[in-house]
Amino acid sequence: MAKNYNTGRKVASGVIFVVLLILGIIWILPLIWIILSSLSTDTGQPYTFIPKAFTLNNYKNLLFDAQQFKFVKWFLNTLIVAVCSCIGSTLMVLFVSFALSRLRFKARKPLMNVALILGMFPGFMSMIAIYYILKAFDLTKNPLVCLTIIYVAGAGMNYYIAKGFFDTIPKSLDEAAYLDGATKSQLFFKITIPLSKPIIVYTILTSFMAPWGDYVLPSLICGTDYDSYTVAVGMFKMITREFISTYYAQFAAAAVLVSIPISLLFIKMQKYYVEGVTGGAVKG
Amino acid sequence: MTNLDYYVMPWYQKFFVNIGLFFVSVGKGIAHFFCAIPGAIAGFFKMIVRGLAWYGKTLASGSIGTKLSYLIMGAGNLLHAQFIKGLIFLATEVAYIWFMINSGWTNILKLGNLGTTPRAEFFDEVYGIYRYPEEGAYDNSMLILLYGVFTIIITIAFISMYVANIKSSVYADECKSTGHKPPKFIDDIKNLFDGGFHKTLLFLPIAGILVFTITPLIYMISLAFTNYDANHQVPGNLFTWIGLNNFGKLMNSNLPLGKTFWNLLGWTLIWAVFATFLNYIGGIILALGINRKGVPCKGLIRTLFVMSIAVPQFVSLLVMRNLLAAHGPINETLLSLGWIRTALPFFTDPVWAKVTVIIVNLWVGIPYTMLMVSGILMNIPEDLYEAGRIDGASPVVMFTQITMPYILHVTTPYLITQFTGNINNFNVIFFLSGGGPETLDYYQAGKTDLLITWLYKLTVNSRDYNYAATIGILVFIILAIVSLVTFRNSGSYKNEEAFQ
Repeated sequence: MAKNYNTGRKVASGVIFVVLLILGIIWILPLIWIILSSLSTDTGQPYTFIPKAFTLNNYKNLLFDAQQFKFVKWFLNTLIVAVCSCIGSTLMVLFVSFALSRLRFKARKPLMNVALILGMFPGFMSMIAIYYILKAFDLTKNPLVCLTIIYVAGAGMNYYIAKGFFDTIPKSLDEAAYLDGATKSQLFFKITIPLSKPIIVYTILTSFMAPWGDYVLPSLICGTDYDSYTVAVGMFKMITREFISTYYAQFAAAAVLVSIPISLLFIKMQKYYVEGVTGGAVKG
Repeated sequence: MTNLDYYVMPWYQKFFVNIGLFFVSVGKGIAHFFCAIPGAIAGFFKMIVRGLAWYGKTLASGSIGTKLSYLIMGAGNLLHAQFIKGLIFLATEVAYIWFMINSGWTNILKLGNLGTTPRAEFFDEVYGIYRYPEEGAYDNSMLILLYGVFTIIITIAFISMYVANIKSSVYADECKSTGHKPPKFIDDIKNLFDGGFHKTLLFLPIAGILVFTITPLIYMISLAFTNYDANHQVPGNLFTWIGLNNFGKLMNSNLPLGKTFWNLLGWTLIWAVFATFLNYIGGIILALGINRKGVPCKGLIRTLFVMSIAVPQFVSLLVMRNLLAAHGPINETLLSLGWIRTALPFFTDPVWAKVTVIIVNLWVGIPYTMLMVSGILMNIPEDLYEAGRIDGASPVVMFTQITMPYILHVTTPYLITQFTGNINNFNVIFFLSGGGPETLDYYQAGKTDLLITWLYKLTVNSRDYNYAATIGILVFIILAIVSLVTFRNSGSYKNEEAFQ
């Protein structure tokens, strides 16, 4: 009886494994296909899964032939925006979430309610107006600065996960620090920050990755200013109707080049992602 | 019905009771929402009245310095030898008055009708041609509205400075009368890093949100009450206030606009329900399979799924779109194998397109849920299972009585945020189907457009800003109701500090 049960279990595990493996392969197929088409000698839109012949020319053209598409420039643009905005955003998020989690003041609850309400308006609604505000400050000539400012300025609204993390640090630590004569800023810099490495890493990674995938805002702000495109805007341009028949393979190459660093970061981040999303909830 | 009645019910009855309770709580939530509005308004006015009462009382009972502060900001502080603070207040007042005389006052006056002088061609006798006047010689409704909103926000900021000025003077008086020294400027600075540390921390974030989130939002919300549509584009034309007309037009299902709105609203809700719950169920099943004891190569399978979401979303969605295109690899392969005669209409037939976006969204979303549920499964305390085993529970019982309730409990907030997130899920629709297939039945929208992508098309393609803003407000109301119903019932909202 016991033996039968065990064999049954093993067979079931085997079947589940095979099903999962097939599912996993289905999940990964589109990505394999994009890698394959980035190596294709056929530069247009492919009609088959596996190209007839392989070449590295697409990468070469993408990186060194900047006549039509300046991928390297776009990549650097995005990198600059991502680095600047991730420093600024992380500071903003930490400030807001610490203040709302550890400090007590009259406007605390109203501020949280306002943030909740603002979060319920669709973000696109205000984008056009943001553009005109930046124009009033005469910043639209420099789209990259604009983008960074907008990302950093709005970052304070995404405080939920970091606040959830700060909420789990025991209050007795704060009390001990105050008893020893610490000021609130000392508490923040010397006690809370050193304890918050996971959430800092999480915030840095998410805010670094955001500009790489954002399309709508940069496309609105950059307009026709080719030199200041980010990768998302530029790559979307590559597969518009007029270019797709000659540039699809280069688009695929660009997709591979952008995806490699981002997916490495994501894989590093997933642990924190899980902690962040479930951490606040477990308590509820 | 008591708790006991509930526990002895068979599971299917429990299910129906739960569904019933869900609708009861939706009704309650909507009722609460509308009941809370008058209360909030009354509270707001009460606050203003109390503030004004305090204002009058302080004027009557304050010292000379305080009384002077009512006219000349900072006077009270200057009389108490708090020079830097006093001068800052004074400078604020001077700057504000200068701004109001220079432009602020006209900005506010023009808000009334958003400009009267349209840009008209005139005959330029010097050059002998018809031409448009210089900028500034005609009214630009859009700029008038934007500057007006700015002026109002600056005024609100000034009023709060003004109140702070009086409070500061009263505080200095109090210090004097109790024999203390009024705080020096250096003390105020020190306080910003201790008692008032929250002010230091929150200053920049709030300023950023005020300028780049709240101001544009107020501007767009006001657009919902104007006729700034494709026929009233600046600078050629003026637009003006038209009250609630836009809401009326969007609600009226006889007009193309209203018809589009109701149809898209229906599809948005269907989409949100399917996208949320299918992803949720699929993710849970996947996680349970991967985390089952005895399944080999867990790490490998997990990595396969994680890889697919690690790629930036716009890349993977665009790849999917090309894969499923009319002449894409899938259709061409099936055709060459002779399995189909004509290409499958993944994005060209309305029903096919809707099913396609939901299924591709499964591809995008399931790994996220899987990741999260895997994390939760590892967190379930082992002693729960231990206790179950001692009591002789079978694996099935342990699954239905321990694992599932635990997962459901922990993931409920996630489910809610996913639902609201899916109502606003711009990326999947925009990159995948682009809202298509296009149709003439709808105004500026395709069959798979969500309200949010329609909003985008209205602003970017047809420039019907007023309708876009109105849709934004309606989406807000829907989300507000959904979140109020659900967040208010969740434990983390009710008891925020339980675990500190």
